Amino acid sequence: MGIVSPGFHGRRRGDQKLPPGQYLVTDFPVLSAGPTPRVDTGSWRFRLKTETGQVREWNWAEFRALPDDDITVDIHCVTKWSKLTTHWRGVSLDVLLAEADTSAQFVLAHSYGGYTTNLPLADVRDGQAWIAFEYEGQPLTAEHGGPARLLVPHLYFWKSAKWVQGIDLRDKDQPGFWESLGYNNYGDPWREQRYWGD
Amino acid sequence: MAGAAVLGRLSWQDGTVRDIRKETEAAVSIAIDLPNWAGHLPGQHVDIRLTADDGYSAERSYSIASAPEPGRVELTVQRLEDGEVSPYLTGTLRPGYPFELRGPIGGWFVWEQASPGPVLLVAGGSGIVPLMSMIRSREAAGSHAPFQLLYSVRSPADALYAAELAERQRRADGLRIDYVYTRTAPAGWPRPPGRLGAAELPRGDATSPPSAVFVCGPTGFVEAAANLLIQAGHRPAAIKTERFGPSGG
Repeated sequence: MGIVSPGFHGRRRGDQKLPPGQYLVTDFPVLSAGPTPRVDTGSWRFRLKTETGQVREWNWAEFRALPDDDITVDIHCVTKWSKLTTHWRGVSLDVLLAEADTSAQFVLAHSYGGYTTNLPLADVRDGQAWIAFEYEGQPLTAEHGGPARLLVPHLYFWKSAKWVQGIDLRDKDQPGFWESLGYNNYGDPWREQRYWGD
Repeated sequence: MAGAAVLGRLSWQDGTVRDIRKETEAAVSIAIDLPNWAGHLPGQHVDIRLTADDGYSAERSYSIASAPEPGRVELTVQRLEDGEVSPYLTGTLRPGYPFELRGPIGGWFVWEQASPGPVLLVAGGSGIVPLMSMIRSREAAGSHAPFQLLYSVRSPADALYAAELAERQRRADGLRIDYVYTRTAPAGWPRPPGRLGAAELPRGDATSPPSAVFVCGPTGFVEAAANLLIQAGHRPAAIKTERFGPSGG
């Protein structure tokens, strides 16, 4: 327990669904490091590259023809807001990875605008990650990462790269944008892995 | 890149409130003594933790307002009426109280003090706070980098640091400050109240465009300002943004 702040009572919540240090919001804050890229679906491509250099690419029509899921998840931002029971539609990474011949351990996702984030490959398999294109029944807006963003709800939300353009499968881990700037390499909200050394 | 500013584990530090200064009706600056604080980079923030006597705790992030200084840090906090943490910080907290925080955090939204290039700062409301750290650091570091601050605020009474900014501008050492009032302008102000528009923003393709642009404020403000800056010819890669949700607590 930390040092007591005299006169602080706070708002107790019986809610067990919030990870440590998080508070609940009902709006949907936006956090981005730069201006919002505008990507139209006519020129959009998603590119999967394996560690041996094999490339598979989908345009928007091909991507949207893939089987998709309705997803209901809680999301947790490292800046401490959490949002419960959010609804998305997206294509599971399992679908995109199905034909990839790989023994890689890591993923580096990259985005239109230059953003990157890294994850263990195991964390985007088995129904844990999607390329999401709808939020609450509407096409995903640009400020929230549209036309499509990565959705990896069991990690802090900076891992759910907006404006995702592709993922590279890698033998070696490579820290992404925030991971190089002091933020935790893995980012498990339930272990409060916000920063380096957490 | 300033990533090296965050090394190893960011431990919680026990500080003491040295001083609380009223900035506006709804905002205070809190100076905290922190014996183990090594300083920060202008633009960085801290996490603070409040703990009730039964162990319940709440964490929030706040931008640092002061110039880097070992052993001391100053935050400015705007009260949100329905917030959990800001009413305590702006109303209950007193000098001498313990204050727990960790940081500094964030290696992206920082001004490199060694950089001589022109800087454009665009603030919406309390988004001025990390930009004020940059302005204060500029003078503390003896920098002559040209700085322009565009400060969008509801009314003169809502403007943070107004007297200090006016004093800094009077020194005429390369800091230019322009206000945009969105609801109420001072008597005789040439521009009617309204949102920041293209007319207020310097062109990005001018002869000496800003080499760095920092935009901070509520989400809607930052989205609009960043889009206007790109339309005005600024390179997207030169624009760094920091956004406050309306629910900062």
